Amino acid sequence: MSTLTDPPKEQFRLSMLLYDTRYRSATIQVVAMFGFMLLAAWLINNAIINLNTLGKPVAFGFLGETAGYDINQRLLDYSNQDSHMRAAFLGLLNTLVIAVLGCIAATIIGVVVGVLRLSSNWLVARIMTVYVEMFRNVPVLLWIVLIFAIVTESTPHPKVYKGLDTGAVVVTNRGTYLPEPLFSRSLGDIHLFGNSSLRFDVSIDLIAILIVLGLSIFAAMKIRQRADSIQEATGDRPRTWHTRAAVLILPIAALLLALGFHLGYAELKGFNFKGGTHLRNSLLALWLALSLYTAAFIAEIVRAGILAISKGQTEAAAALGLRPNKTMNLVVLPQALRVIIPPLISNYLNLTKNSSLAIAVGYMDITGTLGGITMNQTGRELECVLMLMLVYLAISLSISAVMNWYNEAVKLKER
Amino acid sequence: MSGTHAHTVAFVRDTMLPEQAPPASEVGPVGWVRHNLFSGWLNSALTLVSLGVIYYVLSGVLPWVFQSVWNADSLSECREIMRESWGDTHGHACWGVIKERWNQLLFGFYPSGAIEGTSDLRWRPILALVLLMGALSPILFSDRVSSKMLILTAAYPFIMPFLMWGGTIWGPLTAAIGFVIGFFIIKKGALALGELVSMIIGVVAAVVWWFLLAPYVADGLSAILPIGLEPVQSRQFGGFMLAILLGVVAIGVSLPIGVVLALGRQSDLIVVKYLCVGFIEFIRGVPLITLLFVASLLLNVFLPPNTNFDIILRVMIMMTLFSAAYMAEVIRGGLAALPRGQYEGADSLGLNYWQAQRLIIMPQALKISIPGIVSTFIGIFKDTTLVSIIGLFDVIGLASAIRADTAWNGVYWELFAFIAALFFVVCFSMSRYSMYLERKLQTGHR
Amino acid sequence: MKNKVILGALTIAGLAAGAAAAGTLDDVKARGKLNCGVTTGLVGFAAPNANGEWEGFDVAVCRAVAAAVLGDSTAVEFVPTTGKTRFTALASGEIDMLARNTTWTFSRDVDLKFEFVGVNYYDGQGFMVPKELGVSSAKELDGATVCIQTGTTTELNLADFFRSNNISYEPVPIETNAEAQQQYLAGACDVYTTDASGLAATRATFDDPSAHVLLPEIISKEPLGPLVRHGDHEWGDVVRWSLNALVAAEELGVTSANIGEMAAGTENPEINRLLGTEGTLGEMLGLSADWAKNAIGAGGNYGEVFAKNIGEDTPIGLARGLNAQWTEGGLLYAPPFR
Repeated sequence: MSTLTDPPKEQFRLSMLLYDTRYRSATIQVVAMFGFMLLAAWLINNAIINLNTLGKPVAFGFLGETAGYDINQRLLDYSNQDSHMRAAFLGLLNTLVIAVLGCIAATIIGVVVGVLRLSSNWLVARIMTVYVEMFRNVPVLLWIVLIFAIVTESTPHPKVYKGLDTGAVVVTNRGTYLPEPLFSRSLGDIHLFGNSSLRFDVSIDLIAILIVLGLSIFAAMKIRQRADSIQEATGDRPRTWHTRAAVLILPIAALLLALGFHLGYAELKGFNFKGGTHLRNSLLALWLALSLYTAAFIAEIVRAGILAISKGQTEAAAALGLRPNKTMNLVVLPQALRVIIPPLISNYLNLTKNSSLAIAVGYMDITGTLGGITMNQTGRELECVLMLMLVYLAISLSISAVMNWYNEAVKLKER
Repeated sequence: MSGTHAHTVAFVRDTMLPEQAPPASEVGPVGWVRHNLFSGWLNSALTLVSLGVIYYVLSGVLPWVFQSVWNADSLSECREIMRESWGDTHGHACWGVIKERWNQLLFGFYPSGAIEGTSDLRWRPILALVLLMGALSPILFSDRVSSKMLILTAAYPFIMPFLMWGGTIWGPLTAAIGFVIGFFIIKKGALALGELVSMIIGVVAAVVWWFLLAPYVADGLSAILPIGLEPVQSRQFGGFMLAILLGVVAIGVSLPIGVVLALGRQSDLIVVKYLCVGFIEFIRGVPLITLLFVASLLLNVFLPPNTNFDIILRVMIMMTLFSAAYMAEVIRGGLAALPRGQYEGADSLGLNYWQAQRLIIMPQALKISIPGIVSTFIGIFKDTTLVSIIGLFDVIGLASAIRADTAWNGVYWELFAFIAALFFVVCFSMSRYSMYLERKLQTGHR
Repeated sequence: MKNKVILGALTIAGLAAGAAAAGTLDDVKARGKLNCGVTTGLVGFAAPNANGEWEGFDVAVCRAVAAAVLGDSTAVEFVPTTGKTRFTALASGEIDMLARNTTWTFSRDVDLKFEFVGVNYYDGQGFMVPKELGVSSAKELDGATVCIQTGTTTELNLADFFRSNNISYEPVPIETNAEAQQQYLAGACDVYTTDASGLAATRATFDDPSAHVLLPEIISKEPLGPLVRHGDHEWGDVVRWSLNALVAAEELGVTSANIGEMAAGTENPEINRLLGTEGTLGEMLGLSADWAKNAIGAGGNYGEVFAKNIGEDTPIGLARGLNAQWTEGGLLYAPPFR
């Protein structure tokens, strides 16, 4: 009976899937999904057939086999008797090292160059322009190779130092040696992940130092907050800088003394220097090349960011009576950063991806280990390339996530 | 007020003094130097440091470049000449290698007539490049070039492969006819059958033509009228030409894909949107070198057994996918830069989605995106050097191959300097053009 | 459900296509060109000249096979391959044979499923040091920095050598010979290691070759030879016996100069069988009767190819050493043509 009161239902026809806007979007989506699944199924099916013909079914067992090759620049212990997995892990750490070092250096150089390009000094501005154009318009692979050669040619052979007092920092054509921190009364290491290929030693000394530093900074902040509240209540600000300095310096100094902290210098023994922290030329050249290349792009971004802030902003700040450094901190920088940060982070992303060219100079990053010798040696191209892509994807997506989070945070709140 | 004073105060001058020349230290070269180079102690110090740097670099590079050997057939001959002329072999370039191999560095193994029984075909890539300029001119310099040149732009995708690869003319021609058939059906059928149906029929007809009919038609026609150019294998492509070819193909093909991806990314359809986002983020998240590994090692694995593209084609496919993801982001930027009113205006005219895109949105969005597209092109163009890592003979790959010749083993800086100069000239002029365009667009919008 | 049906259909189509693959020999004949994988450039072994023609010791093997199969030593497409891409290119059928300094190892033969048809150069990994370093044996290299031109076996041999001698080293692995050479000359490493032939070739082009010495230790066996895919035995035979024909020709005294006259018939029945005037060896291989004559005519016998590309009269100046005929104390030994 109720059907009588309902409006007459339009009968569903097949053509409505195409012509009725209510259904069309669903149709398109189903077709797209179906097409995608078909494509994926086709590719996977082909791969299975081809790999079976080749007799190389997908398997990751090769990762547990002995790698057999050496890695010179590394953060953790490794010998050529370790597994391919361990080699890949160390490669990944090397990729992260060069990415972090590169991003920091590129930012510093880029900001300096970007500001100098706007300098009133004609010569300096021109030189910076030449630098930016030279680096932006020549492929990064060429720069890496060239800078590797230049770094090697322009540094002295270790034998030059024979019989000389070498001091704390030694620059040779095999790399640069920095002093290494040593503890004569070390607390030892924590061995994470036991004996697996991901084993990771963390120095307890380092943890202790970090904890003490963290506590000191926390205490210093508390003292400052107390001073602030006293100032708000009474108008007088107690002098706290000496207590804050003492809180920051004394505990860490006491700890270092207790641990027997001293610096280890590199010494010439046989063919090479031994001891110290050894930064190989391959790392230095790659670091320099990637940061100089990326800095050229960052310089342009910084310049554009500064130019994007209209003069009225600075003048308005001055009219409000803000001092120049306050103007910079409170007015110009927050606005400029909003323009600068997104392209800056996408340049960090590019630098990380470009670090995969490390094989050109023999720096063993993940492309050099997993995507290089391991792949050559085991013939497991599919598995290696797949893992390589996933690793880079994970790094890139984490950087993108940070970017999106920041963009949300500084977005102009429009109403 | 001044009038009253003028009568009473005698010492006020009532005539203007003649204008005096500014002091010599403030104008002319001296003034310019004072203002721009030595305006304070910091600036003066910077200037001196800069001069030092310039002197250091030039004193190293200039003698190397100009006190050099051009007429030598091998590195050892170069060294002999250097010893005779300057007494030592360091600090002098041996440009003999460039003199002997410049042709190879530019054209790779493209037939140059040097081998017996072959003819010089290098005019074909050169003509293709000249035609490319012609085809791009109505887009890049729309205010100065007649829009009739757009015919060349439309024909270029068919002319270029014909010139580069050669073979029968009927192949590209029948491929072009497929587009004409599809376009004709969509255009004429829209009124009779409705837009969507005619679009589907048009696409199906074109696909049927390409895959079922065109091969036979092309074979038949070339049997009757064998017009064509001498075929050239893509294996023979190389050198700087390969970089340009890869860059142009990747950007050209990725443009329509990028438009589709950009629209897909902004779409309300969840599935379509996430497929596009997934593709874009995946491609942008991995380094190009891994994609090239896929091209050289894995692409065959994902295709039906016994399909075999040659490596240049496989690299082109991966480079196109790579640039499509970046292109999509550039075009998305262009779409986002359009004022909301444009979309609303299109809606108010009663245009449907595709009409609005075709007539209102895309023409403007693409125009805004041109600087971005040019810089994507520069990026892709520079990245083509990575193909040397998978064994293709682009300029860098050829540089290694040249050094494998006993005559030139050990040559290092000269080849790299030459390659860097090639890339610099091309990329620098393109980036200047893109800056000019940006300025032009900026004034247009204010 | 529908998806599954389509997947099944595709599978069947794929398998059918796989089964329909013809033999490589027929493919090459039908194509009229031999696709031969070579290195992207190795001094003396393979490199393009100024005209874009490939030259070198490995290249000569490709030309000999092309001449044997197609009667034309120029009917070769040279496909440059890197250490990474070489095996994929061969396995996927992009190339018919690989004549690229590739070491014959157990795992490549058995695990990667390739067939090494013989050895065209017996090499071994060696060390080069500047003379002024005063080192006379590789065992004195404790703590030295070693530049390695990375292949696959090079790093592994090096690691094994230093481990078994219980001494340490600092590896500098570098992809291309050009960079490695540049680093070595700039003094960034004390030692340069790669195949001994490569070391000799590299040293020959130094400004002052006499300032560098090759150490006596050869730390590995590197039998380099052409290879084909597993399973296609007819094609494997063609490549194997083309190579053997070059070696046998040297032993029998057949050269590119006298081959015309010898092909008319000689007293020696083995020469006659080799050159096709007696017996049906060519027919058994599925080739023409004068296949070996063509192969030898392409660039001469093994000795001539060696002398022309890497021998003592070339700038590279390699001695025959292990690569002399067995009659002269070397390892070259072609099975009988019978």
